[in-house]
Amino acid sequence: MFMIFGYSSALLFGQLLLGLINGAFYALLSLGLAIIFGMLNIVNFAHGALFMLGAFVAWALLEFLGIPYWWSLLIAPIVVGAFGIILEKVFIARLYKLDHLYGLLLTFGLALVIEGLARNQFGSSGMPFAIPPELQGGTDLGFMFMPNYRGWVVLASASVCLVVWLIIDKTSLGANLRAATENPALVQSFGINVPRMITLTYAAGVALAAFAGVLAAPIYSVNPGMGSSFIITVFAVVVIGGMGSIAGSILTGFGLGIVEGLTKVFYPQGSATVIFVVMVIVLLTRPAGLFGRGGH
Amino acid sequence: MSLTRRGLLAATAATAAPFSARAQRPTLKIGVLTDLAGVYQDIVGPLAVECTRLAIADFGVSAKGFDVEIVTADHQNKPDIGASLARQWYDRDGVDIIMEGGSSGVALAVAAVAKDKNKAYINSGGATSDLTGTMCNAQTLHWTYDTYMLAKSTGGAMVKAGGDSWFFITADYAFGHALTRDVGSFVEQGGGKVLGKVATPFPGTTDFSAFLLQAQASGAKVIGLANAGADTINCIKQAREFGIKATLGGLLVFLSDVHSLGLEVCNGLVLTESFYWDLNDRTRAFSERLKAKSPARRAGMAQAGCYSSALHYLKVANDVGVGKFKAAGGADVIEMLKKMPTDDDVFGAGSIRPDGRAIHPSYLFQVKKPSESKGPWDYYKLLSTTPTDQAFRPIADGRCPLIKA
Repeated sequence: MFMIFGYSSALLFGQLLLGLINGAFYALLSLGLAIIFGMLNIVNFAHGALFMLGAFVAWALLEFLGIPYWWSLLIAPIVVGAFGIILEKVFIARLYKLDHLYGLLLTFGLALVIEGLARNQFGSSGMPFAIPPELQGGTDLGFMFMPNYRGWVVLASASVCLVVWLIIDKTSLGANLRAATENPALVQSFGINVPRMITLTYAAGVALAAFAGVLAAPIYSVNPGMGSSFIITVFAVVVIGGMGSIAGSILTGFGLGIVEGLTKVFYPQGSATVIFVVMVIVLLTRPAGLFGRGGH
Repeated sequence: MSLTRRGLLAATAATAAPFSARAQRPTLKIGVLTDLAGVYQDIVGPLAVECTRLAIADFGVSAKGFDVEIVTADHQNKPDIGASLARQWYDRDGVDIIMEGGSSGVALAVAAVAKDKNKAYINSGGATSDLTGTMCNAQTLHWTYDTYMLAKSTGGAMVKAGGDSWFFITADYAFGHALTRDVGSFVEQGGGKVLGKVATPFPGTTDFSAFLLQAQASGAKVIGLANAGADTINCIKQAREFGIKATLGGLLVFLSDVHSLGLEVCNGLVLTESFYWDLNDRTRAFSERLKAKSPARRAGMAQAGCYSSALHYLKVANDVGVGKFKAAGGADVIEMLKKMPTDDDVFGAGSIRPDGRAIHPSYLFQVKKPSESKGPWDYYKLLSTTPTDQAFRPIADGRCPLIKA
């Protein structure tokens, strides 16, 4: 093994890979945020709480119904997505004509309520959730021990991101979506039910958060605060990528995971801050974000 | 000058007390200041309140001719909120003593208020040994455990067991650094070496695998986890995931953390507590009584400590006479508490030192394998016991200003 900047290459490659794994979560979460912002113009601060709900649904399915992890990957996003539909219909739909700030305040309040209820019910230290037996163990890559489950996380997250991007960018459904973002009245006049499309878009964004939550359950402790520790970072990722940019949020998610991973080697104390430093630099030089198309 | 306004007020209150006592049953007001809905909710929180209530029930106050009222509040782990709640309780709400009193930051803030108002304060959940060290005062007792106790028991024992090279994963704030320093000195005293440490941002770190791999790369035999709560849980979970071979030293792990992780993940972990429900007949009896009130969870040391401290407080109040006790200033109340030896089902026999440290044995436990556990909450096996006189920092080393050389 050779040395880079006084660190063994094994350690550096290991950290790059770990960064990529964390980036997978950032990408999934920021993708959902970007979709919701692009379509609904809502800064969805409840995203972290819904991510947490996804993990809790997976836990509850296993604990009470004996439904294994693999089914949870499908069921939890559907359950949380349905919950998202209720949230959108009852609360969020009333805010579309108002300033962003109202949506931000409302969803932030919803996040506090959801997390508070979860904390009341389940306590703060969380629930155990084991890695599914098929993915236990790991592979020795020579420079590091790679747990199989982490490999699966990167794979699952990257494929889901790719599929979502393809749907939005390459299909007629995606074209309708994008058109409705630009001019809802016109799209409505073509006979497309825009309000329903908006509701389903919110549900889809929320389902992505829940999917990430299920992926995260075996790695992090399933506790009511698990979303709030992610959400601020993920917002920074979205801002850096460019608000509402789908591809931007995916690429930035993975990229910033790597930046953070490297910081953990060179200056560990700064690893929680480095993403915000990048955000400041990007905002100063490209106010619309790396992949944003001009300011609104 | 010997005559102060405060002294005069206390004297007036003392002479007035017997008359008011005749008028109605005296009531002691205990304020349980704790984390009711935050990260430490399961370590203290509602169960700590329940333990305090159990002490009142066990002591049988109603037959003793006085009443006890409990009020609770949530300090949200913020020292400023803790301090202003304490001020309000002492000044406006007539709270006689504050118990539990939260994590290190809140604990130091409330101790300062107690000193300022000359009111009594007993901390159970806080870790910092500064409460009976450089920051000690005549109004404050530290009841259950502290960083020194943890460091000596876990650190010392692991070095003896062959863990002679350490790498620390340290939460990057006062508590983490204090714990790292204390454990590090025990490791070196025992002939071991500290190979390195990494300071992790607090709060805000959820993925510790990067730090765990650095620890592994150092070749250390023991990875010391100088953090608490969710950080520790994530570290243990991820160490297992990445197949880390080094032994994990959980420097502050509570029963509720183990419950949350599950035995599958944390079997083999070595940790220190001053209480475990299945330790002896007395702790089992206490836990059965508590179970009747709170069936879902077993108490850890910080919660059980609230029972112990409340019981001792009531015993002394009854002994001294509640009227006289209520009228006394904080420093005098604490002085009376220090005079009587402690004895209860939680910690057994013990005492309180002049620097405010309540002392009792500490226990080194190992988390059982799933196959060894006979049922829910059967998690620990006892490895060794540090006797009362050795479990805590010697008074002389604490540099507590109350202790004159």
